[in-house]
Amino acid sequence: MEIPWAKNSDEAVKRRIMEEVGIASIEELFQDVPAEIRLKRTLRVGLSEDGEGVSEYELLRLAKRVRESISNPRIPPFAGIEHCYHVVPSVIKELIYRGELYTAYTPYAFEINQGLLQALFEYQSLIAELYGVEVVNASMYDGSTALAEAVRMAIRVTKRSKVLVSEGLSPLKLRVLETWLYGLGIKIERVGLDERGATSVEEAVKLVDRDTAALVVETPNVYGVIEHGVKALADACHEKGALLVVFANPLLLGIVKPPGELGADIVVGEGQPLGLGLFYGGATLGILGTRRDLKLVRQLPGRLVGMTLTEDGVDVSYALVLQTREQHIRRERATSNITTNSALMAIAAAMYLSLIGGEGLKRLALSIASRTLYLKTRLSDLDGVEVLYRNSPSFLKVATRVKGMSVENVIRRARERGILCGSNLSRYGYGDNVMVMCVTEAHSRSDIDELVKVLGEVLSHVEAS
Amino acid sequence: MWRQAKWVEKPIIAYPSASRSGFRVPFENDFTEYERQVVEMLKELGMEREELGIPNISELEVVRHYVRLSHMSYGIDVGPTPLGSCTMKYNPKVCNEFLKEAGVEDVHPEELEEYIQPLLEMLYRLERWLAEITGMDRCCLQVPAGAAGELAGALMIRKYFDDLGEARDEMLVPDSAHGTNPASAAMAGFKVVNIPTNDRGTVDLDALKAVLSNRVAGMMLTNPNTLGLFEDEILDIAKELHSVGALLYYDGANLNGIMGIARPGDMGFDIVHLNLHKTFAAPHGGGGPGGAAICAKGKLVEYLPRPLLDFDGRRYFWNYSGSRSIGMMRVYYGNVPALLRTFAYIAMLGGKGLRKVAEIAVLNTNYLVKKLEKVGLADYLELTHSKTKPRKHEVVLSAKKLKKAFGVTADDVAKCLEDQGLHPPITYFPLIVEEALMIELTETEPIEYIDRYVEALRRCIDLAKRDPTAMRKMPRNTSVGRVDVVRANHPKHLVLSHKFEGFAELLNKFRD
Repeated sequence: MEIPWAKNSDEAVKRRIMEEVGIASIEELFQDVPAEIRLKRTLRVGLSEDGEGVSEYELLRLAKRVRESISNPRIPPFAGIEHCYHVVPSVIKELIYRGELYTAYTPYAFEINQGLLQALFEYQSLIAELYGVEVVNASMYDGSTALAEAVRMAIRVTKRSKVLVSEGLSPLKLRVLETWLYGLGIKIERVGLDERGATSVEEAVKLVDRDTAALVVETPNVYGVIEHGVKALADACHEKGALLVVFANPLLLGIVKPPGELGADIVVGEGQPLGLGLFYGGATLGILGTRRDLKLVRQLPGRLVGMTLTEDGVDVSYALVLQTREQHIRRERATSNITTNSALMAIAAAMYLSLIGGEGLKRLALSIASRTLYLKTRLSDLDGVEVLYRNSPSFLKVATRVKGMSVENVIRRARERGILCGSNLSRYGYGDNVMVMCVTEAHSRSDIDELVKVLGEVLSHVEAS
Repeated sequence: MWRQAKWVEKPIIAYPSASRSGFRVPFENDFTEYERQVVEMLKELGMEREELGIPNISELEVVRHYVRLSHMSYGIDVGPTPLGSCTMKYNPKVCNEFLKEAGVEDVHPEELEEYIQPLLEMLYRLERWLAEITGMDRCCLQVPAGAAGELAGALMIRKYFDDLGEARDEMLVPDSAHGTNPASAAMAGFKVVNIPTNDRGTVDLDALKAVLSNRVAGMMLTNPNTLGLFEDEILDIAKELHSVGALLYYDGANLNGIMGIARPGDMGFDIVHLNLHKTFAAPHGGGGPGGAAICAKGKLVEYLPRPLLDFDGRRYFWNYSGSRSIGMMRVYYGNVPALLRTFAYIAMLGGKGLRKVAEIAVLNTNYLVKKLEKVGLADYLELTHSKTKPRKHEVVLSAKKLKKAFGVTADDVAKCLEDQGLHPPITYFPLIVEEALMIELTETEPIEYIDRYVEALRRCIDLAKRDPTAMRKMPRNTSVGRVDVVRANHPKHLVLSHKFEGFAELLNKFRD
């Protein structure tokens, strides 16, 4: 057969089918395609000039060549404005390749896909528990698009047109948010940080008004500071009828009070730390949840799985619910256009949380926070860098101001020494020569020591030259 | 007889918890001396988490739980999943292996370009291939799924006219369109104008002409359309739209029926999105993640999201320049695993193979139509609109007469198929067909499976005639019987997580 995995591409089988259909040539099936737009040549795609495909083995040889010529850093990367390097448990690597799950479609046929539906319900529950809300949808594409949808949701709920965004929100997510709000006449204003690097409550109180749909904060923020005034920010919003949207790292919530409990109306997150790997940026998982308030839930985009009973009342079962919010039913009046989401990654995240457990997550989060503190301490002794927000509670990330050399050069020179040492925040107009470093459970003490040593070499190099 | 596994598996959040987790934090002991300081700081600020109700379970229990849930799931690896417009084709396993072998799992998205040139080269070649397949000039790989591509396209159209200083606020959408089209247009702030379908199952050209004005920004169209019919007046449609300065957007969800045979760019489309997980065999993952690209030609290239992947003859690099760009649709570059699987798929098929894909997919659809006719089902599962035109990637059947004669609905037919170990088609879509069953076999479904599917449909129709009441009690062979969707959606019984009161009540069921 011409297509190895498609039996009907076999010449004899194809002939048999054509006979049944009553055609002498495949062309007959395309007679309604106007002659002037029919492609008269073979598509110029693939690896060979003659339009033929390659074998499985040839393809894997190519992949191997790619792998061998990609030069990975010698210790796990410290870069990460959005995604940081995290450990992926073997269980997930293996289980997400269960054919029944990863080759399934959206479980619209409920009875035949109860397993898939249950796994998604479990994801909703685990994330609801983690973020301190009652309702979480069955996933969005990624954290950045989930945030954009959260803000659009807040605009629909409040029918207001101003959005306040903390200066602690990452520049990439801000860019995505601006894109998704284009053409709606929404005004985006920034709320500054206080001297500890957290969103200024004082400024928020001043800026939140009766036109404000939402205030958006991220924790830990782009400088690694854990937002410690969430409750006060929520109060400031609620006083004026605005909503508080909190983008929170799921691992942080192992040790810190969840945003839902502190008054956030909509919670958002990037699921990538939950065992999804890097894959050069995707695919990941967008976390989106809200309080149990029908006014909010009705405006929530994305799919929702509900737990219920069978019609005969015998078995616990699961179904997609509240579908009238969605595009396939509500069309232009839908809460969003989303259909394909990130279901498999949601299931992977559920597996991850089940595997490490509440107590494991707590230890993991504590250990990451301890490493962050260790890195901060080590960097404080280093000439040429100034640790920003030195005494604030931090998680995962440490921000520094580099002196005497551009961040771009530091990153390039450290990379030449085999270390991907950080991210250049100032490239996006955030601060003056600011570099942010990300430290996770993948980094040992000697990894961090090596990072500091290499930074020291790179920075002293400039003094010598 | 087929029976699906039925495991009694409590939701994992309700599993009995051990005192501690078995998870070992890497290098945990390296940092214990700093832990106390962290805890004290959090306590001082009143931020320390008190409760976290996630149980501590052993690895074995987790594995068994999810393996058992997989037994109660159904994907293309299990059997036919002929959901219309979803293009559920078999994904060759080597695409997974390719992804592993290429070693991208550990590649950081902020890695410096010079260290990952071979990876960028693959993505660049893919971009060029997708441009060739669609007949567009450039593609942006950043959009995470088809609907996000649509939103990007709608925003591009919006910004294009904003830059021209033209106030165009209407987007035309056929009444047979995917729900994402009007939803995407609305998200970009457009007023949606529905265009009716004519008796032939295609866009009513006169109705289209009647609404054209300088308020119209564009039209979103899929071709072949959701009835599985080729829009044979596409050149006229394009001409009419362009004559009032409006743009034509191609929804790539149905490209599988025409790939390599005709290109959207040659049909007159200005912007195209592709669903990589449909057309090019990235898995659907139980709903996602997918993969997509948004492509444009001519002056619209400037409006594509950024970055685009460029090559200066020496190196591959992400190009962020482009002051007219709508911006960024998501962080970083796109759903890279889906992109690389697409690369692998196209490399294995080549240009000839891609055309073959469309040919066999279309042949399979028409074989199904013919078989249904032959076994005498065409009366109860009938073609609407044109009965003689060849279908392309999919076919829509109406069970209207079945409902009228026996009170059996399209949904009942779906449940009857489930009972025979087959995934049902899409039902009740497109909205313009009563009691619709929308079937897309793709090129990968073998002839014997198509025959079995027809046979299963015949059994359903026979049962509908004989015992419609029994049919409404189906399915019985799936893990559970018919789910009570009314109860599931009822505000009083709604359970969206373990935090709803109804959860505890449902949990009691596991005691039996």
